[in-house]
Amino acid sequence: MAAMAATTTSDAAVALTDVDVAFRLADGGVFRAVHNASLKVADGEFVAIVGPTGCGKSTLLNIAAGLLTPAAGSADIFGAPLTDLNRQAGYLFQADALFPWKTALENVAIGLEIVGVPQAEARARAKEWLSKVGLGAFGDRYPHMLSGGQRKRVGLAQVLIRDPKILLMDEPFGPLDAQTRQIMGNLLLDLWSADRKAVLFVTHDLEEAIALSDRVVIMSAGPSSRIIGDWRVTLPRPRDIAEVKLDPAFHDLHRDIWNMLREEVVKGYAQAEGR
Amino acid sequence: MSRATLLSLQILVAILFFAVWYVLTTYPIFGTVILPPFFFSNPVDVVKQIVAWFASGVIWKHLWVTLLESMLAFVIGSIGGVLVGFWFARQPRTAAVFDPYVKMANALPRVVLAPIFTLWLGLGIWSKVALGVTLVFFIVFFNVYQGVKEVSPTVLANARMLGMNERQLMRHVYWPSALSWMFSSLHTSVGFAVVGAVVGEYLGAAAGLGYLIQQAEGVFDVAGVFAGMFVLAAFVIAIDIVVTLVEKRLLVWRPTVGEAKP
Repeated sequence: MAAMAATTTSDAAVALTDVDVAFRLADGGVFRAVHNASLKVADGEFVAIVGPTGCGKSTLLNIAAGLLTPAAGSADIFGAPLTDLNRQAGYLFQADALFPWKTALENVAIGLEIVGVPQAEARARAKEWLSKVGLGAFGDRYPHMLSGGQRKRVGLAQVLIRDPKILLMDEPFGPLDAQTRQIMGNLLLDLWSADRKAVLFVTHDLEEAIALSDRVVIMSAGPSSRIIGDWRVTLPRPRDIAEVKLDPAFHDLHRDIWNMLREEVVKGYAQAEGR
Repeated sequence: MSRATLLSLQILVAILFFAVWYVLTTYPIFGTVILPPFFFSNPVDVVKQIVAWFASGVIWKHLWVTLLESMLAFVIGSIGGVLVGFWFARQPRTAAVFDPYVKMANALPRVVLAPIFTLWLGLGIWSKVALGVTLVFFIVFFNVYQGVKEVSPTVLANARMLGMNERQLMRHVYWPSALSWMFSSLHTSVGFAVVGAVVGEYLGAAAGLGYLIQQAEGVFDVAGVFAGMFVLAAFVIAIDIVVTLVEKRLLVWRPTVGEAKP
């Protein structure tokens, strides 16, 4: 059993095993956010984590990124235990994470410049990436001159230009309006299908999760949240976010998952109000 | 309001001010001159004095001395503020140890230091520069400290995930953030550099605008005092215009330039 687990672990891009996360509270107590969570993301697989607010979805993502060390359990990246920051991962944050003092082009190029790519080459490649995300003409704009959706596009280019093997996304399209989310979702699928990276995508939007991913993982309401459901999405690719939502298979899956998720959402709200 | 009307109204205020000043200091109203010229001079004498200064060229020397003192105070104070601000922000333990002393030094009215600086550094420009430095340093220091401390945690996490090492974080994240805070207080710190220079000169010097005003005051030459004040005001406005230009260039990435309190 142990040997079998070891072989599967080495195949996985991200393998979290029995992870516990605890935060020390201001009053001296300990808040256990995540308990005994295990999750594997195979190379090239698109996995979405869905759960009620405050269930520790982002916490799990931060562990995979190496920004957070679990209190117990282990995190392995392509079979190697994660001790420092995850150098193989690109992270797209929910909040604005662009450097406000750099132009869009400089923001995208910086990921290459810091690893020693000559500036001219880095800029040229950054220009290509800006075109790929549909912002070819916006290279000299500063982030505050761009809309929320455009900033996300720059962020996507900034992460993808480094060609990470793993893509971690923390509700990246959360702050955007519905139409922009759909467009961004399609853009993401387009870019992803070019060279399938392992993706761990956190969202609170079940429809978005099903439409984008190969697997949807459900987390229970916190505290001590864990993974309570794991569903395979077999909808054919390439997908269009708007069209796939009309597929009957999409509806069946959505109904099944929602039945499980609803209880957790209600629990999550009850806890949030009781706090 | 259009630009032209605004400008004409602004000029109108100046004309009214000078007219009232002139009338009240020159013509008796109900038998008395309300503002005795001995105490209030009058605009004509003041303008004559200013013209005389510029015609003879003596004013240039004083302007230059004040400008030099202000610039030196600004540059030295800024460099010190940036270095110490960075150091404290990156070493919280050092900052905690020095915290009460920094607060104490900042709370001290800097004017009381002027005689000591004169004693130590003499009547030349350096005692004035020192006074200006003590003013500029704290403004820059607090802003840089804040700037390094208040880097958005998301931007910082993003920078680290992009693979930046400590040195690169310094260059691409902390430094620009700290500079932006420093530049947003540029008007205040440049203003204080001038204040330090002029107050220092006023308390004991051999040249400079503050010296000029103090000399006129010493012989009850009120026209000279007012003339000195107007030249000083014009000098400060000129510097402020330059600062605004520099600021616009440096903070081009900012949506609006907010004034950060030191």
